[in-house]
Amino acid sequence: MHIDEELRERHVLSITVTNEAGILARIAGMFTARGYNIDSLTVADITADHQISRITIVTSGAPRTIDQIMAQLDRLVPVHKVVDLTENGPFVERELALVKVAGTGEHRIEAMRIADIFRAKVVDTTTESFVFEITGPTDKIDTFISLMRELGLVEVGRTGIVGMVRGKA
Amino acid sequence: MAEMSGADILVQCLVDLGVEVVFGYPGGAVLPIYDVLYNHPKIKHVLVRHEQGATHMAEGYARSTGKPGVVLVTSGPGATNAITGITDALMDSIPMVVITGQVATHLIGSDAFQEADTVGLTRHCSKHNYLVKSPARLAHVVHEAFHIATTGRPGPVVIDIPKNVQVATAPFETPDVTNHASYRPQVKAPAADIAAAIEMIAKAERPIFYTGGGVINAGPEASASLRELVELTGAPVTSTLMGLGAFPASSLRWLGMLGMHGTYEANWAMNKADLIVCVGARFDDRVTGRLDAFSPDSKKIHIDIDRSSVNKTVMVDLPVIADAGSALADLVAAWKAAGHKAADLSEWWARIDGWRAVNSLKYPPDTTEIMPQHAIAELFAATRGKDVIITTEVGQHQMWAAQHFHFDEPNKWLTSGGLGTMGYGFPAAIGAQMGNPDSLVICVAGDASVQMNIQELGTAIQYRTPVKLFILNNEYMGMVRQWQELTYESRYSNSYSDSLPDFVKLAQAYGWTGIRIEGPQELEAGIRQMIETPGPVLVDCRVAKLSNCFPMIPSGAAHTEMLLDPSQVSGTMADEAKALV
Ligand SMILES: Cc1cc2nc3c(=O)[nH]c(=O)nc-3n(C[C@H](O)[C@H](O)[C@H](O)COP(=O)(O)OP(=O)(O)OC[C@H]3O[C@@H](n4cnc5c(N)ncnc54)[C@H](O)[C@@H]3O)c2cc1C
Ligand SMILES: Cc1ncc(C[n+]2csc(CCOP(=O)(O)OP(=O)(O)O)c2C)c(N)n1
Repeated sequence: MHIDEELRERHVLSITVTNEAGILARIAGMFTARGYNIDSLTVADITADHQISRITIVTSGAPRTIDQIMAQLDRLVPVHKVVDLTENGPFVERELALVKVAGTGEHRIEAMRIADIFRAKVVDTTTESFVFEITGPTDKIDTFISLMRELGLVEVGRTGIVGMVRGKA
Repeated sequence: MAEMSGADILVQCLVDLGVEVVFGYPGGAVLPIYDVLYNHPKIKHVLVRHEQGATHMAEGYARSTGKPGVVLVTSGPGATNAITGITDALMDSIPMVVITGQVATHLIGSDAFQEADTVGLTRHCSKHNYLVKSPARLAHVVHEAFHIATTGRPGPVVIDIPKNVQVATAPFETPDVTNHASYRPQVKAPAADIAAAIEMIAKAERPIFYTGGGVINAGPEASASLRELVELTGAPVTSTLMGLGAFPASSLRWLGMLGMHGTYEANWAMNKADLIVCVGARFDDRVTGRLDAFSPDSKKIHIDIDRSSVNKTVMVDLPVIADAGSALADLVAAWKAAGHKAADLSEWWARIDGWRAVNSLKYPPDTTEIMPQHAIAELFAATRGKDVIITTEVGQHQMWAAQHFHFDEPNKWLTSGGLGTMGYGFPAAIGAQMGNPDSLVICVAGDASVQMNIQELGTAIQYRTPVKLFILNNEYMGMVRQWQELTYESRYSNSYSDSLPDFVKLAQAYGWTGIRIEGPQELEAGIRQMIETPGPVLVDCRVAKLSNCFPMIPSGAAHTEMLLDPSQVSGTMADEAKALV
């Protein structure tokens, strides 16, 4: 007997929660307890009085699984609202990465040129290295990093994505 | 405002919330609370013998009274011992509030004596939990915990209270927690959903109501509305293990339980129906059997208060998110308002009667041994005219009790369905008796299960709870042995109950009455003696050792692939089926 893998699609969920102790463990733990995937997770408080946080989770699963994830999130007591940005209509998603690249000569010049194309900023430099700061959707950052791999990539730090519905509402 | 200690605030809140009984066990981290409970005029504390016992007593109390069960345990081992019962209550949607002591706030995280991360450990086996770090927060948390435990889909809520928070003082004021910022279960169904449901029911040619524990959760009014709706529509009713009693088993519209050990007629009717109206049930795998063969030709309406129960395993055509009681009352009203008459379902009923004629609950007659099914039937007969509450342990005896003891009222049948916790039934009976002092409370147990919380014999004696503990003693973990027979060619690996105690002597040692029933000729008199003897009575009823529970849908099989008797058992199973629980 073999165990089948299910088909997956990627969804970005935006969750507003009461900013209380253990809230992150409650959300993240629900995912592990029920066998759901977390591809990325960000959290920060979003109101002046620090009462409410927004958690953005990138998850993947079959459409039914995504529907269950939404329902399971919704029934947690401190959860105010869950929005599936992917289903909801147009939305913006952004991620920030710091990318350290070491190299000299041609490689160094090429790295600089590509960074320019990607509108990455240099936030640190030595004669033999750069740290670039780049923001954008996940695939843009993925592409940038894979290009840098050939040019002396040393390390990468990524924030995970934040997302928001486009338009007024 | 006068200040009160955390412990005083807690107990005052319990009084204000109408709590009458607390099931608990003391320890260092709850001593301040125990001091407040000392000779308390309003709150009765039931001292258990093991914290797991306390949780199941609270569950039994809750399920039989509709009120939340309350548990009080100490930190560390007290809290970890309670975890099985907390999980059980979560799986079966039982309202329960568990108060755990914790080490003082400044010691948290230091591996202090009897420290355990109770909030971490119970996060995913409770409906919600709290660590209260200030006595000023306590009143709010306690009221909110009861609100959350008892509303929406009920469940266990844990309140972890560090010892210094119990001692420190704060002003006390009764809070209002009904208007929660984020927790707002939807109770009333949208009118459009009710209208759509009514149209589907009116049009159906082969409808069936599939009802569950949610109807019990919704209270006796929900059961009353269910009865009325069934009367109006003329449709048949089946129910899950958790829903027994919401609809009277004595009604002709009742098909018996469905699922793995359900009746032939219930499962075939589900399979051939053109409309399933699921009310407060969750399409559990014990019920659906093989999913792709589950009721393939039906439209499905699912009334449930928890959206996550909808489309979890079975996709439905019309979800109705609401309290079962509210939705059933709305359906009754809408049906009447639309002027619908019951459709002519005679053809459907004729088919059902054909399935009924199979008589799937039949069992062989007693030989020299008592057939366990017969023992239950006898117990049922002997208790007619009495207000009976039945609790069970887990195993074959549980299924036989579900099949052969028939319930006409809700809240009279208490069993561990979702978690299937051996050790549930006996303490649950004590808890039920505490909440229903005048009822005849009987726990139907197996010889293995009963040993899991046997220590509660002491609790029953201490509080003079006249529970009856009726053990169907087959000297096996019968349910395990049955599966080994089905799947592993009868290799009975570790399923024999070796070294059983002399249950009668054990009972007597605790001050109980102990009765042994050895053979068929003693059955009736033995049961009568059990009922007539005041105080707690244990019955060691020796039954046929190798009986199996039929009918049975083997795991991974369809409703139509039901085994009716041992001759259909092959003794082996495909790996895919073996991998299912
Ligand atoms: C050995 C063994 C064998 C078993 N065999 C069978 C079997 O043959 N047949 C069987 O049926 N079960 C069987 N079970 C039990 C099974 O495992 C499940 O526990 C049971 O089927 C679930 O019952 P339920 O669907 O009614 O859901 P419950 O667990 O009772 O859940 C209640 C549902 O109703 C909802 N709800 C709660 N409150 C409300 C409300 N106020 N209004 C509306 N909805 C509400 C909840 O959200 C949930 O979806 C067996 C268990 C054991 C241990
Ligand atoms: C705590 C726990 N451990 C293990 C099991 C697995 N299990 C289910 S039924 C059963 C045997 C029960 O035997 P007994 O109580 O004698 O009842 P019988 O089936 O013989 O009626 C076991 C071990 C369980 N349900 N709960």
